[in-house]
Amino acid sequence: MNTSDAIKFRCEGVNVWYGDTHAIKDNDIDIHDKSVTAFIGPSGCGKSTFLRCLNRMNDTIDICRVTGSLLLDGNDIYSRDIDPVQLRARVGMVFQKPNPFPKSIYDNVAYGPRIHGLARNKAELDTLVEESLSAAGLWDEVKDRLAAPGTGLSGGQQQRLCIARAIATKPEVLLMDEPCSALDPIATETVEELISGLGERYCVVIVTHSMQQANRISQRTAFFHLGNLVEYDTTNAIFSTPKDDRTVGYVSGRFG
Amino acid sequence: MTDAVTDTAPATASFHASDEATARLKKRRASETRLRLYGVIAIALAALALVALLWNIVSRTMNAATEHYIAIDATIEEDEDDFLGVVKKSARGAFPYVSGRSAKRELYSLFSDGAADDMRQAKEAGTLETGEAVPMRFLMSDTADLYMRGEFGALETRASEGALTIEEDGKKVILRAQSGAFADALGLAKAGLAREADSLRRQEARQAVGIATLEQRLPDLTGDERENTLAQMTYFKSEQARFAAEATALDALITGDRDTRLALSNRMASFFVAAHGGILKLTEVSAETALAIPLVPMQTTETAPGGAWSLHILDRPEIGRPVKDRQIAILETLKDEGRIERVANWKFFSLSDSTQPEIAGIKGALIGSLWTMLVTFVLAFPIGVSAAIYLEEFAPKNRFTDFIEVNINNLAAVPSIVFGLLGLAVFLNFFGVPRSSPLAGGLVLALMTLPTVIIAARAAIRAVPPSIRWAAMGIGASKTQTVFHHVLPLAMPGILTGTIIGMAQALGETAPLLMIGMVAFITAVPEGITDSATVLPVQIFNWANASERAFDMRTAAAIAVLLAFLVLMNAIAIILRKRFERRW
Repeated sequence: MNTSDAIKFRCEGVNVWYGDTHAIKDNDIDIHDKSVTAFIGPSGCGKSTFLRCLNRMNDTIDICRVTGSLLLDGNDIYSRDIDPVQLRARVGMVFQKPNPFPKSIYDNVAYGPRIHGLARNKAELDTLVEESLSAAGLWDEVKDRLAAPGTGLSGGQQQRLCIARAIATKPEVLLMDEPCSALDPIATETVEELISGLGERYCVVIVTHSMQQANRISQRTAFFHLGNLVEYDTTNAIFSTPKDDRTVGYVSGRFG
Repeated sequence: MTDAVTDTAPATASFHASDEATARLKKRRASETRLRLYGVIAIALAALALVALLWNIVSRTMNAATEHYIAIDATIEEDEDDFLGVVKKSARGAFPYVSGRSAKRELYSLFSDGAADDMRQAKEAGTLETGEAVPMRFLMSDTADLYMRGEFGALETRASEGALTIEEDGKKVILRAQSGAFADALGLAKAGLAREADSLRRQEARQAVGIATLEQRLPDLTGDERENTLAQMTYFKSEQARFAAEATALDALITGDRDTRLALSNRMASFFVAAHGGILKLTEVSAETALAIPLVPMQTTETAPGGAWSLHILDRPEIGRPVKDRQIAILETLKDEGRIERVANWKFFSLSDSTQPEIAGIKGALIGSLWTMLVTFVLAFPIGVSAAIYLEEFAPKNRFTDFIEVNINNLAAVPSIVFGLLGLAVFLNFFGVPRSSPLAGGLVLALMTLPTVIIAARAAIRAVPPSIRWAAMGIGASKTQTVFHHVLPLAMPGILTGTIIGMAQALGETAPLLMIGMVAFITAVPEGITDSATVLPVQIFNWANASERAFDMRTAAAIAVLLAFLVLMNAIAIILRKRFERRW
């Protein structure tokens, strides 16, 4: 595992409110490029909320307010001259439940490149779709039935299709919100392998409930508790020598 | 109880096995059975009502499915223009024995004006055969058509025992038959007289009541009022005496012996004798003799042996039916000669409204409905869907949009005639949209349909899982792209269902269209959305109100056409929905 030291996201003093609820409390975190960063913590600790700040998906919630500075490659993603739609093309997202469009497998992957104009012609688009599906480890399984509906695949295949769909828009960052929680153990293993591999090419941020999963696939781990970033270090350090009592309690399974 | 404290488990078990628990179980099962029974009863009632409705409509529609034609020869010139004249001339040629103005008028009114229209159209199309003795089929008038269907009662044939001697006496004929062949007829006629005498006595009694009332009032009155009342009493008394005298006269006739000939009137049942190819109508009858006038002449006046002649009775008096005795005689003769044809009534679909039921058709209303529905759809669908998309996906949630939402929901419940008033005031009077045009109707119905479409579309859009929106936005689709590429296609089946419900409602709507003049009598087929037109429900309304009985079955047929239109619309909606439907 090569761990890059280049910083992709530099977040300082991030606060998030849902109406009157203070969901994220003044957190600082640097997320490194070409590595997998895992967010762990008990339910309701704000890890998903923080993830959704990184591609401004929180904008779609009317009552949500975000303050602080979130710099992607040194540019504030909440500044006026950043278009959130453009940002989401650079920061792709994979959701908890596989949510392929009710279209063909091909159209699922080709949709992003089409709306962003990433392919000039059919041949380029075909290549891009093949590359993306290969990168998601799905090409061999679906190359003969690209016209079949994406919703007809199995759960694990659907999730990999969603990853392929995210990759196809050529993002720099991939956000994953508990991508394996709706999958069975075998599908989970496949997707985990895939995520580990993706970590070598992209900045991957993954929210997970499973500490084993965080341990297996991530290079760095951040532990959230009640809206606070309690501890952030390399995964090894978090699981072997946690400094905070709450981290110790959580990773040893005493609460959460 | 003490056991329960020390040992709970057996106590619980005994609780669920106790008599009380068994009773409760029984009660629960009974209530479940009862509920299921109510459901079955409700469904059965609904199914019964549906079957009754369909049976009623179909059986009446079957009547309108055929019409009658009379086949006679006609003489048609090359440059004929007066086709009504041709019909009359042909009728006179086929029935030379019909003489006298009123008799001829009765003959002509067996034929519809449609017969002349047919010839005119054939001439325009160049398919009219000309020359002498051309075999033609002339459309029958509505009353004759109804007689052929037995709407005025069927002729009842009595057995003819014994020979019938025929003796001409000027214009009339004296008939004699032994063994009381006419006794039945005499009895029926006397029964009719007895009913009439009863009715006269009731009127007489009514006058008596009137006189008594006035007498009571008399002592309190003075001057002019007294004079007037006295005059009225005198009048009542004279009327009373008249009714009494008439009733007594009838009594004398009724009690007259069976050999005295009783004069028949048009207030009694009609009696016909058919013999030697002719038809005679009885004017006086006793048990064994009768006086008759020939409606259709006989070939000879020889004595007809038993079985070679027959007596026919039509119970309903001539005065109580639009088809006269002479017309019945002619129609029966035509029927015996096989010159009446019953054919499928395709005219119903190719003609528009008319004052004459036999040439009234549905085409104008059908095309009018089509145009109106087109305007309604073109307006209501895009506007409704756009409004729903805006409200559901883009509009901020604040007090103003809440207010709009409440108003849209309320608009769906506004009585449709209110939309008609709005259309009259705004579209017709302010914007000057042509009165009774499909454009005006479509605008009003679109207003009426919009709330339904908006509500259905909003529900359909809301039902699209949010994960689809996140998926699209997560890979950088804009709000508009998300809505138009993903949400709308998924919501389309639901939107179409709602739209079709709204359109079906609009198709059956009458009240608002009355307000904007679509109730007018329009015989032309509309060629565009600005022509005067009527629509199916209004046509049904008009025909149901018409006084001619022949419109009855056409009303049923029009209802069947409206239902067919509805079924067709729903079928199209189902096909569209199936095509748009995607599973996920």
